[in-house]
Amino acid sequence: MIAEFLQLLSGWQGLDTWIAITGALAAMACALPGTWLLLRRQSLLGDALSHAVLPGIVVAFLGMNWLEQSDRGASEVVRGSVNEVVAQSVTGDLARVARRQTVLFVGAAISGIVAALLTELIQRWGRLERSAALGVVFTSMFALGLLLIRLFASRAHIDADCVLYGNLETTAFDTLAGTGIPRGAIVNAAMLLMNGLLVLVFFKELRLATFDAELAESQGLRAGWVSLALMTVTAATVVAAFESVGAILVIAMLIVPAATARLLTNRLSLLLVLAPLIAAVGAVLGHVGALTLPSMICSRIGLRGIDDASTAGMMAVTTGVLFLFAVIANPQQGLVRGLFDQLRLQVRIAREDLLGRLYRREELERVPDMRRELPRTWAAWIARRRLLRKGLIQSGTLRDELTDAGRRLAQDIVRSHRLWESYMARHFDLPGEQLHATAERVEHFLDPALQAKLAEELNQPSIDPHGKSIPPVVE
Amino acid sequence: MTDPLLRVLLLQDYNTRIVLLGTMLFGACGGVVGTFMLLRKKALVGDVASHAALPGVALAYLVLEVLAPGTGKSPPWLLAGAGLGAASGLLCAKLIQRVRLIKEDAALGIVLSIFFGFGVVLLTIVQRLPTGSAGLNEFVFGKAAALTVGDVVSIAIASGLVLAVCFALFKEFSLLCFDEAYAAALGWPVGRLDLLLTALVVAVTVIGMPSVGLLLVVAQLVIPPTAARFWTDRLGTMTLVSGLIGASSAAAGSLVSALVPRLAAGAVIVLAGTCAFAVSMVFGRQRGVLWHWLEQRDSERHIGQLDLLRACFESVEETQRRAVLTGESDLTATPIPRESLLTTRAWSSARLSRVLVAAMRDGVVRLDADNHYRLTHEGARRARLAARNHRLWELYLIHFADLAPSRVDRAADQIEHVLEPELIEQLENLLEQDTLRMTVPVSPHP
Amino acid sequence: MTDDNQPSPLSIHDMTVAYQRRPVLWDVDYEAPSGKLVAIIGPNGAGKSTLIKAALGLVPRASGEIAFFGKPYHEMRSRIGYVPQRTSVDWDFPIDALGVVAMGLYRKIGWFQPVSRKYRQQALAALERVGLAEFASRQISQLSGGQQQRVFLARALVQNADLYLMDEPFAGVDAATERAIVELLRELRSAGKTALVVHHDLQTVAEYFDEVLLLNMRRIASGPVEQVFTAENLRRTYGGKLALLDQVGHRMSGK
Repeated sequence: MIAEFLQLLSGWQGLDTWIAITGALAAMACALPGTWLLLRRQSLLGDALSHAVLPGIVVAFLGMNWLEQSDRGASEVVRGSVNEVVAQSVTGDLARVARRQTVLFVGAAISGIVAALLTELIQRWGRLERSAALGVVFTSMFALGLLLIRLFASRAHIDADCVLYGNLETTAFDTLAGTGIPRGAIVNAAMLLMNGLLVLVFFKELRLATFDAELAESQGLRAGWVSLALMTVTAATVVAAFESVGAILVIAMLIVPAATARLLTNRLSLLLVLAPLIAAVGAVLGHVGALTLPSMICSRIGLRGIDDASTAGMMAVTTGVLFLFAVIANPQQGLVRGLFDQLRLQVRIAREDLLGRLYRREELERVPDMRRELPRTWAAWIARRRLLRKGLIQSGTLRDELTDAGRRLAQDIVRSHRLWESYMARHFDLPGEQLHATAERVEHFLDPALQAKLAEELNQPSIDPHGKSIPPVVE
Repeated sequence: MTDPLLRVLLLQDYNTRIVLLGTMLFGACGGVVGTFMLLRKKALVGDVASHAALPGVALAYLVLEVLAPGTGKSPPWLLAGAGLGAASGLLCAKLIQRVRLIKEDAALGIVLSIFFGFGVVLLTIVQRLPTGSAGLNEFVFGKAAALTVGDVVSIAIASGLVLAVCFALFKEFSLLCFDEAYAAALGWPVGRLDLLLTALVVAVTVIGMPSVGLLLVVAQLVIPPTAARFWTDRLGTMTLVSGLIGASSAAAGSLVSALVPRLAAGAVIVLAGTCAFAVSMVFGRQRGVLWHWLEQRDSERHIGQLDLLRACFESVEETQRRAVLTGESDLTATPIPRESLLTTRAWSSARLSRVLVAAMRDGVVRLDADNHYRLTHEGARRARLAARNHRLWELYLIHFADLAPSRVDRAADQIEHVLEPELIEQLENLLEQDTLRMTVPVSPHP
Repeated sequence: MTDDNQPSPLSIHDMTVAYQRRPVLWDVDYEAPSGKLVAIIGPNGAGKSTLIKAALGLVPRASGEIAFFGKPYHEMRSRIGYVPQRTSVDWDFPIDALGVVAMGLYRKIGWFQPVSRKYRQQALAALERVGLAEFASRQISQLSGGQQQRVFLARALVQNADLYLMDEPFAGVDAATERAIVELLRELRSAGKTALVVHHDLQTVAEYFDEVLLLNMRRIASGPVEQVFTAENLRRTYGGKLALLDQVGHRMSGK
C-alpha cells in the first residue's frame, strides 16, 4: 500500500509543485482574515461573502471581456513574440494580470460592499435578526450570480463549475509568459503579502476592535470602520483565491485553519502564525491526497481509470482532517487529553481513598482480623497496584498495610477531609451525616496552600465535627 | 410572441403544469418549515444541510455504480444519499459545537465547507467515470424543467408528509421556538422535537434538490418566512403567508423559466422570492417600512398638535397670570400671540406655521378677524387635557422614573390609556400639591 | 396550615450543581413548607436561578435528590408551575398575549390537538386574573415590561399548579405590577398553594413573604421570615462569597 502510494507520488512533476504552492498561497492568504472572522464570531459572514461576490465577479468577467476585445490586436502581438522578447512580455503579462485582477477585485468588492450595506439596511429597517438578513441577501445575490453565468456563459468564457469548485489544476498551466510561474501563485502571493502586512500594521487595532468594540469606540477607534475594512479585505482575498479553490471552498480556507489553530493555542499572535501554517500544510497534503487517494481507493472498489480528483476539494478535506485531529488530540482540551485526565483523576481518587481507609482503620486500632478488601472498580485496582509498586502500602498476610511513607500521605488526606468537614460545619447549615459525603469528594482537591488557608480560617482546629482528631500537617 | 406566453400562462402544456406543481409544493414546504427555523434563530442551518448533501449524492452515485455499473442515475437512491449527507452534516455540526472553543457559527461554516469539499472531490471522480456526471449536475444546479410525473408524485407525498407534521405539531413547535426552557420544564421532549424539526429541514432540502438545486435550496427556507414576518404578528398567519410566498415565488419562477428556457428555474425562483421579500419589507402591514414610517409621521403630527395646544394653554395661563384655569371662556377668549408660541416651543417659524395650519384645519385653533389666534371650544378641551397629561407625565417621571420610564407615552390621548387608575390618582394628588405651591408666588396681584 | 402527613411540595436533598465540574451550588438541603410564600434571597451569582432550574431538571445535577410532593418530578409535572425570567425569551416573537398564556395548557391539551375554544377561555380567564384581559390579542412586544411579566404569571396560573417556582418576577416591573403580583401570590396562598420566588429587593421581603431561603453557593439559612431574616444571616449571605469555596470549586473544574 505504501509502495503504491510512493509509486503514484513518483509521478509528481514541476507542475504539481506549482499547484501545491498556488493552493498553499491561496489558503494562507485566506487564513489571516479568516482568523479574525472566527474570533469575531462572523464565520458565516465569510460564507455569505463568498457567495455574494459571485454577481460582481461575473459582471467583472463580462467587463474584462469587453476590454480585451477592444485591444485584441495588441495582445495578439504580445503572444506572438513570446520567445523573442521575454523581458518585455513578462512585464506586459504582469500588467495584464494586474489589470485583470483589478477589474475582478473592483467587481467583487462592489458586490461585497453592496451585500454588506443591504444586510445592514434590511437588519435595521426591517428589524430582523442578523443571520436572517444575511441569509436573504447572500442567497439572492448568489442566485443572481448563477443566473448571470447561465445567461452570459458563452460570451464571458466563464464556467459555473470552475467558479464554484475552482480548478487549481488548470490555473497552474496559466503561467506568466516566459517564467513558468502560474499567475494564480503570483496573485495569491501578493494577497498573502498584503494581508500579512495589514495584520502586522493594524494588529493592535484589530485586536481591540475584536475583543471589545465599545472600548475601541471610546478610544476613538471606529469599530464599524474596522469591520468594514475587514469585510473588504476578506472580499479581496476571496476574489484572489476563488479561481484556484472556487467560491464555496474559499470558506474552508477562511475558517477551518483558523478554527484548528484556535484549538492549539490561546495566544492571538501564535494563532495568526499557526493558522496560515496549518492552511499551507493542509493545501500541500490536499494535492498529495488528490493525486494518490482517489486512484488507490477507486481501484480497490473496482472503478478503473480514476487517476486524480479535484485538488481544491481535497484541500478542504485534508484541512478538515487536520481539524478533526486537533479536536481529538489537542493538548489543551482534546478528547484524548480529556479522557486521559479523567482516567488519571479517577485513579488518583481511588488511590487517596484507599490510603484514607487504611489510615482510619489504623486509627481505630482494631485487631488485624479484617480480610483484605478486594478492589471493586478497575480504577481502585490500578490504584492499589501503583501504591504497592511505589512502596506506599505493603501487602501483609491478611490485609494491606501502610508503610511510613504511605502513612504520611494518608495523614495529609485525612487532614484535608476533616478540615473540610469542620469548614462545612461552620458555614453550611447541614445535618452532620451529610458532611462526610462532600468532604469525601473535596478532600482530593485541597493542595497544601488551600489546606493551610483552611486551617488558618478555622484557627488551627484539632478536632473535627464528629469529635475525631485532625492529624497535624505532614512535614 | 403572445402565443407561447398564453400557452404558459394558461398552463396548456402538460409539462408546465407538472413542473409548476412540483416547485410550488417545495416552495410551500420550505416556507412553512423555514418559519420555525427562522424563529428558532437557526435560519442558516438549511445552508449547511444543503451543502452537506453533495457528498451524499455523489457517494450514493458511486456506490450504485460500483454495485451495478450504469445504475447510478437513480433519483430515489441519490435523494436518499442526499438526505443522509445532509443529516450527517447537521449531526457533525452539533457534535463540533460540544468543543468549547468552537462557536455555533464556526461549527456550521466548518461542516458546510468540508462536506462540500468532499462532495467536490467525489464529483470530480464521478466526472472521470465513463458515464459522466450529467445526472449529478442537475442536483447541484437544479433542473425544474426535467421534473417527471413520477418525481412530482414523490415530491407531493414527501411534502404532504412534511406539511402534515408541521400542522399536527404546530403547537409543539411554536412552544419550542418561543420558550425552549419552559417547554422542557413542562415535560415536552425538547430534544426529540428539535431533532424532528432538523429532519424536516433535511426533508425540504431533499424535496427541493431536483428542482432548484442544492445550492439554492436554503433560499426557500430563509426568504419566504423573513418576508412573511413583515405582514403579521401571529405565528399561524405567518406560517401560512410564508408558505404562500414560497409557493407563489416558486410558481412565478417556474413560469418565467418555462417562457425563457435560458433562465434556470432555481435562480429565478429565488429571485422571485427576493422580489416578494422587497415588496413585503416596504409594504408589509405589520412591520413593513412604509407603514412604520407612516405611523411615525402620524404620531409626530399628533404630538406636534398636542405640543401646540399645550403651548396655547400655557400662553393663556401666562396672560391670565393664573396657574389653575377652570373657565372655558378664558381659554377660548384670550388671544394667543404668535411670538409666545415661538418662544415656548423653540420651533422654527415655518414649522409653527405648518402646525398652526394643520390645527386650524382640524378646527382646534381659529384665526380671528383681529388677526389673533384663539382656541376653539374643542381646542380648549383638548388643550386642557394635553396640559394635564403633560404635567402628570412629568410627575410620573419625577416620582416613578426608577420603575419604568419606558411606559411614558406622550402621544397617548389620555394618560389613562397607559397608566393604572390608582397610579393616576396618586399623580393627581401630587399635581394638586404642586399647583398649590406654584400658586403662591403668582397670585399676590389680583 | 402545614399538614405534617403531607410530603413537602419541594424537598431538595444534598443537591450539588456544577458547571463543567465546578460547583455553583454546594450540598443544598431544603424542604419547602406547604402553603407558604417563600423568597429565595442571595447576591448575584449565588445560584438562586440555578436552584430552580436544577430542581426542574433544566440543568444537570452533580448529585442529590429532588422530590416534588414526595415523588420524582416527571410524575408531578402537572402540579408545578414555572415562571422563567422575563429576559429568557425573544419578545419579538409573533404571538399575542393569549397565545403565550395558552402555552401553559399545552400539556393538558396533549399532542397534536389544536388549542380549542374551551382552553382559550381558560387562558383568557387567567389573563383576567392578572388584569390583562383587554390586552389578550396584543402582540407581546407591545406590552410593557410589567405586563409581560404578568403574562408569564398568567401562563403559570392557567396550569392550576400547587407549587409555583418563579424566577425574579419582580425584576424591572412598575409599582402597579408589583402590587398585582403580590395580590396574586396572596390569592395563591389562601388557596393553599406554595410559591418559591427568587427575589432581589430585601426591603419588601418581610412584607410579601412568609418564609425565606438564604442562599449563597450553599444554603445559609431557611425558615420563617421573623426567625431567619436577621441581620446576622443577611451578613452571612451577602458578606461576599466564601473565597475558599470558590478556590476549591476552581480546582475541581480541573483548571
